[in-house]
Amino acid sequence: MGLKPLLTKDFHTENLEQLAVYERTGGYAGFKKALEMQPDELVELVKKSGLRGRGGAGFPTGNKWSFLPKGVYPRYLVCNADESEPGCFKDRYLMEKSPHQVLEGILIASYAIGCNLAFIYIRGEYLPQHEALEAAIEEARQAGYLGKNVLGKGYEIDVILHRGAGAYICGEETALLTSLEGYRGEPRLKPPFPAIKGLYGKPTVVNNVETVANLPHIVINGADWFGAMGTPTGKGTRVWCMSGHVNRPGNYELENGTPIRELIEEHGGGVWKNRKLKAFQPGGASMMVLLPEHLDVGLDFDAIQKAGSLAGAGAMVVMDETTCMVDAARRYVKFFHHESCGKCTPCREGTFWMSNLFDRFEAGDAKATDVDLLLDIGYSIDGRSFCPLGDASTWFPRSVIKFFRDEFLEHVSEKGCPFKRTAQEAVA
Amino acid sequence: MALAKGTIEEITTRAARYPSKQSAIIPALWAVQHEQGYVTKDAMGEIAQILALPPSLIEATASFYSMFLTRPEGRHDVVICVNAPCMLRGADEMTAYLGQQLGVRDGQTTKDGAITWHSTIECLGACGGAPMMQVDHHFEENLTPERIDAIIQRLRRGVAPGEGAAGPEHASDRIKPSRSGGEGPSASATEPLRRKSPKRAN
Ligand SMILES: Cc1cc2nc3c(=O)[nH]c(=O)nc-3n(C[C@H](O)[C@H](O)[C@H](O)COP(=O)(O)O)c2cc1C
Ligand code: SF4
Ligand code: FES
Repeated sequence: MGLKPLLTKDFHTENLEQLAVYERTGGYAGFKKALEMQPDELVELVKKSGLRGRGGAGFPTGNKWSFLPKGVYPRYLVCNADESEPGCFKDRYLMEKSPHQVLEGILIASYAIGCNLAFIYIRGEYLPQHEALEAAIEEARQAGYLGKNVLGKGYEIDVILHRGAGAYICGEETALLTSLEGYRGEPRLKPPFPAIKGLYGKPTVVNNVETVANLPHIVINGADWFGAMGTPTGKGTRVWCMSGHVNRPGNYELENGTPIRELIEEHGGGVWKNRKLKAFQPGGASMMVLLPEHLDVGLDFDAIQKAGSLAGAGAMVVMDETTCMVDAARRYVKFFHHESCGKCTPCREGTFWMSNLFDRFEAGDAKATDVDLLLDIGYSIDGRSFCPLGDASTWFPRSVIKFFRDEFLEHVSEKGCPFKRTAQEAVA
Repeated sequence: MALAKGTIEEITTRAARYPSKQSAIIPALWAVQHEQGYVTKDAMGEIAQILALPPSLIEATASFYSMFLTRPEGRHDVVICVNAPCMLRGADEMTAYLGQQLGVRDGQTTKDGAITWHSTIECLGACGGAPMMQVDHHFEENLTPERIDAIIQRLRRGVAPGEGAAGPEHASDRIKPSRSGGEGPSASATEPLRRKSPKRAN
């Protein structure tokens, strides 16, 4: 348990983004080894390793690959680099520091699933990372890792870097594929899942940046080595993005199962300004709030779920005792309202009404009964939306109402935000 | 304004790489925005012609994505994040300060045409360096009033007379931003200025 740099092991190496330097740290040895194996062997290896997707849902990567229908070609690999979940900034870091590691992972995955054309869908704001990847792809092409006959082994692969243009929903895999096809980025009905009918109607695997970055290491060191790290159902490491009221925010790669307390107190240097911890939120904007009593929960998909939240995309937002939980929830609700693609009514209208109600609480215009009205709206969105964005827009606010209902009522009785007032009084 | 030859070439090259030319719509919109600073209806018509697709399709796609601008803005874009992780570290205070210093409201352009600023509820993926803002394509992290002052000064200096003329710098403007640090304060203060769009009418 604890810090375990696997993906980030060489990140202190200068110029790691350059091919020669990356190769010196052992780079592309995984892809070379993979090319000596049968694609099926690779799928089995990744299955056996227990690697689960790092994009949010934690789906076993090898299993996802094996869902592709036999004999149907072409098939595509799409690397999801749209990272837009509030609280997350790990993929940006991975792409910028070691674009070749991400690319090598994409090449391994492509070879394993029998794909000759892969895509990277990167969020529009990540321009330096786009540049890093573009340069890496060019270098790799020159070196023969990409092309019509990779390293003389008869394998053909090309990678297209595709830049998004500002839409959180395009991180959802079906919306991403729709967007990649040139349309408005609206989600599609599942099933059929992308593995059966994905990009251009062909079998497609969508994998997150951090997920693919694990692959070179698994190929080199084996499934048992990978499986020895982490927890029985959460192998390996994760890069946690810590933000908010800690002394040292940033990315920390920890072995799965490491207690949350260690992340916040040891690596993050504890809550800033010698204040007390009020709450924290793993996973990202979508996920439920947890309390100091949950500090000893392990950083692991299943453990966090058991505690009442979700590990999601690996965010850790820390909130100290001065935080207005109502305002925190308000920001997320406004975000979901802004990012709702508008395709279905529960999400489009529901996030609008939640957002309005939250504004009323902050402005001091809310009534006590509005707390339950918020919950009612939440129930009419969750489970009734077309895609998980709608559902997830209700999770954090509902969990905040569950644990901090009094704060909502204080906003009513004090006709405004009690926390802002204290802050103003403090400087007065 | 007709599209430059380089832009048209870029669009056709992109289109040839995808299994479906329709996938080149977003890359084409980017190419146009890099050349002209924003995307007009006329330009979308040209994209439609180049790709042999209906103009309505280009317009429907373009209107979905928040990063495509439909009208000219200041020579520099400043976007400050106010989502929860940034709020926790003082994004509201920094937003108020920024607005005060620029003297115009959220969404507006400064009188000298140098800077258009707005706040955003979209997390920009730099919460570890909060509060933060995006200046053109570069992230400025760990903002303080002093840092904001320095950035504004730098942007205003960068558009001094003589520098505003359009040059053949399309390729370098395209994707050559200064690098932002993965963690902690970015080293940007010392990095050279990059203009958002070289061919913008002042
Ligand atoms: C609203 C929404 C946004 C998402 N955003 C992202 C994202 O930015 N990056 C990502 O990798 N996955 C995102 N996902 C998850 C993807 O749909 C998909 O599960 C993931 O990319 C699969 O990769 P993995 O199996 O490697 O985790 C999002 C899902 C939803 C519902
Ligand atoms: S739930 Fe929201 S984001 Fe998802 S399809 Fe419906 S409107 Fe679009
Ligand atoms: S919340 Fe502001 S960058 Fe993430």
